[in-house]
Amino acid sequence: MSNAAPTLPFSLAANPRLSSWIKFSTEGRVTVSPGKVEIGQGIVTALAQIAADELDVDIARVQMVRATTVASPNEGVTSGSLSIQHSGRALRAACAEIRQIFLAAASDRLGVDAGVLRIEDGTISGPGNVRTSYWELADDISLDRDATPGAKPKPIAERALAGQSAQRIDIPDKVFARRRFIHDTALPGLLHGRVMRPEDSRARLVGLKEDAARAVPGFVAVVRDGSFAGVVCETEAGAEAALAALRKGATWAQGDTLPDESDLAAFLKSQPVESTVINTRTPSKPGHKARTLKRQYVRPYIAHASIAPSCAMAQWTGEDHVHVWTHSQGVYLLRTDLALVLKLPVEHITVEHLEGAGCYGHNPADDVALDAALLAKAAGGRPVRVQWSRADEMTHGPFGAAMAVEVEADLDAEGEIVEWRHSIWSNGHAARPGRGKNPTLLAGYELESPFPVAISGNPPQSGGGGADRNSIPLYDFPAWKIESHRLLTMPVRTSALRTLGAQGNVFAIECFLDEIASERGEDPVAFRLRHLKDERARDVIRAAAKRANWKPAAKPGSGYGVGYARYKNTGAYCAAIAEIEGDEDIRVKKLTLAVDVGEVINPDGVINQIEGGAIQATSWVLKERVRFDRQRITSNSWTEYPILRFSEVPQVEVEVIQRSEIDPVGAGEAAHGPVTAAIANAVFDCLGVRVRNLPITRDSLIAAMELSP
Amino acid sequence: MPIIRFRLNGAPTEVDADPDGSLLDLLRGRLGLTGPHFGCGAGECGACRVLVGDHAVTSCDTPLWSVADKEVTTLEGLGTPEQPHPLQRAFIAEQAMQCGYCAAGILMSAAALLKQNPSPSEAEVRTALDRNLCRCGSQNRVVRAILRAAAAT
Repeated sequence: MSNAAPTLPFSLAANPRLSSWIKFSTEGRVTVSPGKVEIGQGIVTALAQIAADELDVDIARVQMVRATTVASPNEGVTSGSLSIQHSGRALRAACAEIRQIFLAAASDRLGVDAGVLRIEDGTISGPGNVRTSYWELADDISLDRDATPGAKPKPIAERALAGQSAQRIDIPDKVFARRRFIHDTALPGLLHGRVMRPEDSRARLVGLKEDAARAVPGFVAVVRDGSFAGVVCETEAGAEAALAALRKGATWAQGDTLPDESDLAAFLKSQPVESTVINTRTPSKPGHKARTLKRQYVRPYIAHASIAPSCAMAQWTGEDHVHVWTHSQGVYLLRTDLALVLKLPVEHITVEHLEGAGCYGHNPADDVALDAALLAKAAGGRPVRVQWSRADEMTHGPFGAAMAVEVEADLDAEGEIVEWRHSIWSNGHAARPGRGKNPTLLAGYELESPFPVAISGNPPQSGGGGADRNSIPLYDFPAWKIESHRLLTMPVRTSALRTLGAQGNVFAIECFLDEIASERGEDPVAFRLRHLKDERARDVIRAAAKRANWKPAAKPGSGYGVGYARYKNTGAYCAAIAEIEGDEDIRVKKLTLAVDVGEVINPDGVINQIEGGAIQATSWVLKERVRFDRQRITSNSWTEYPILRFSEVPQVEVEVIQRSEIDPVGAGEAAHGPVTAAIANAVFDCLGVRVRNLPITRDSLIAAMELSP
Repeated sequence: MPIIRFRLNGAPTEVDADPDGSLLDLLRGRLGLTGPHFGCGAGECGACRVLVGDHAVTSCDTPLWSVADKEVTTLEGLGTPEQPHPLQRAFIAEQAMQCGYCAAGILMSAAALLKQNPSPSEAEVRTALDRNLCRCGSQNRVVRAILRAAAAT
């Protein structure tokens, strides 16, 4: 145990006011306001469990409040698998302190020592049948005070809810068609808007005939500012009709030239870059290099492809106050960028969260919020709802960045690794709003006086890294050098997509290791275990291997592969074993995963995240690639950008290793890298071909076979 | 515009609307039923599926004229919290979603399947849902939920 002075958890230190997290009502309710938002990951339920547990109230009394800049703690962005880590720890500490505050007040009121009081579903009672409650004391106790470090949460053994698979609180609404999504939310007097985006990448709007759009029944307004143009109508169908009319009257100047999609590595390695040495390790004694192996791995641009197109609503009060409803992952960060574009003080902008469809990173949720604010300005104080088209959702939002990863290993005479080198060429993986001096919202680039297009950057390694996320080996190689080359041009817009660079880096590392092990004739699981000291790492690999009966006897047409990573090198441990069938095409039959997230708040929630991540990763690996020609993104529909279908989804088994004594971390991004590598390694096991360019399709298999000796 | 008559969630319904307009626009717009969701507008994702008779159709590309005199059922008409459809009960029991945006259409595809085949095999469930997309990766839970609902009826 450390003797250091206790500190507040990260989010609580940033938002210490207890009342910003928790409020009690005299009617027997407790209101919990986290700064993190529901994006389909079940966080709201897990946070309700933590609060109910720590306060000793029935979870049915807990009302979770959606994040809003009016009242919620500012927890930045809901991303990076940090919600349990940030919000969960903050809530647990805040609730622990609040519980003590109420116990002390109850002790005063009841004249009984606090130590003999107990709390059951909010009722505080003690010997001699004395009792009061949170609800009775609520009016007398102000939580408008700052949290103090050192509040002691309940001992693990006394947690009744955290650690149990509580049912998600949002699911009944969703099966009974009760309005929960922003898409379904009605506001009085709501108008509908649509924005016209160019087909060619970053084409400029140079001419616009508005007459036909103005003639559409229910027409309210056309808004034009530079290349930004949109319509507002009384009805959604009217807005669609007006948009179609506007498009017919538009003239565009030629846009930017896009790279050659058939050779992404050549493009990535030919651009001006900013190079950073991410990490080096020098050997305690020099190894004897006998030879060097070098391989290159490529992943394409990947689309978020949320099942719902992005949507937002906005309403102005007068000239200078606007209220925005959004499914953004960060209400405060979005507000910052809206303020820059709208040239308003942030206090004049309210940003309120409403649920959208599953969100896997920085998708157009933020862009459409600015669209709505710009269109609503012409709506005479009425609210305007803007929804993107499927095509715009697939072509104009930010993508997960393409990556070329070169890995080299110096091997000694026995084939043991003496030095390891890993170099990444990629656009940055982060251009979220609210973090730079210029906004990163799409319409901001289109205005008559545009903001410069932000070239995506990378968070530092201390924040988990960007392109370089998971590039530092988790294995005990004696020496290494890790470098990242961030492109300074950005013809294809990129930003944060689930795992940032981790999927590409884990794919490269774990496939290269597999190749080295195979050259040595060593079992890939044994090889990994031999190079790992961390027992939690070894445990997930052994657990997955055991559950998958590693390694099952070879069957013609089948193959097995393994992949492992600890997400961000500091987060969840995950090992995956893939079973595939392969001939001309690859079918993933089964994925067996083991995961360690430390304390598990909601076991079924963790399994759901890992299972979903594994299936999404399978989709990325087998199907996904943003397509483009030299003028435009062409993968603008589900036909052009197919994802995994029900009949193609593998069986998924997840084993969760519970470690109640270790602070919890998130589960949402742990599976992607390991699953990607496990599938690629299984393809080699089955067909004897190393596919190093994702996705693994019939075409990439043939190309890899042609390259094989 | 002509009057189009059909039954909606059991109730006789009459609208004065463009017969070539989409059923989804009418349901979500004038009729205020937000159970069916817009996903793509091209019949590719299935988030907007509703029952027309015993068949699940993509309402985004179903013209209004084609439902004249038919029985249309949306998620709102499937069941209620007081009287849930076995599928609704099973989706809760299996926690068969992450974001749940696609679930509205998936529930309707599943309802059509169970009307036509009350005891489907797992493979039959997957085939029946192949035109419903889920991006969060909840497919296996959905399949389990549908098999559970089938077993319960």
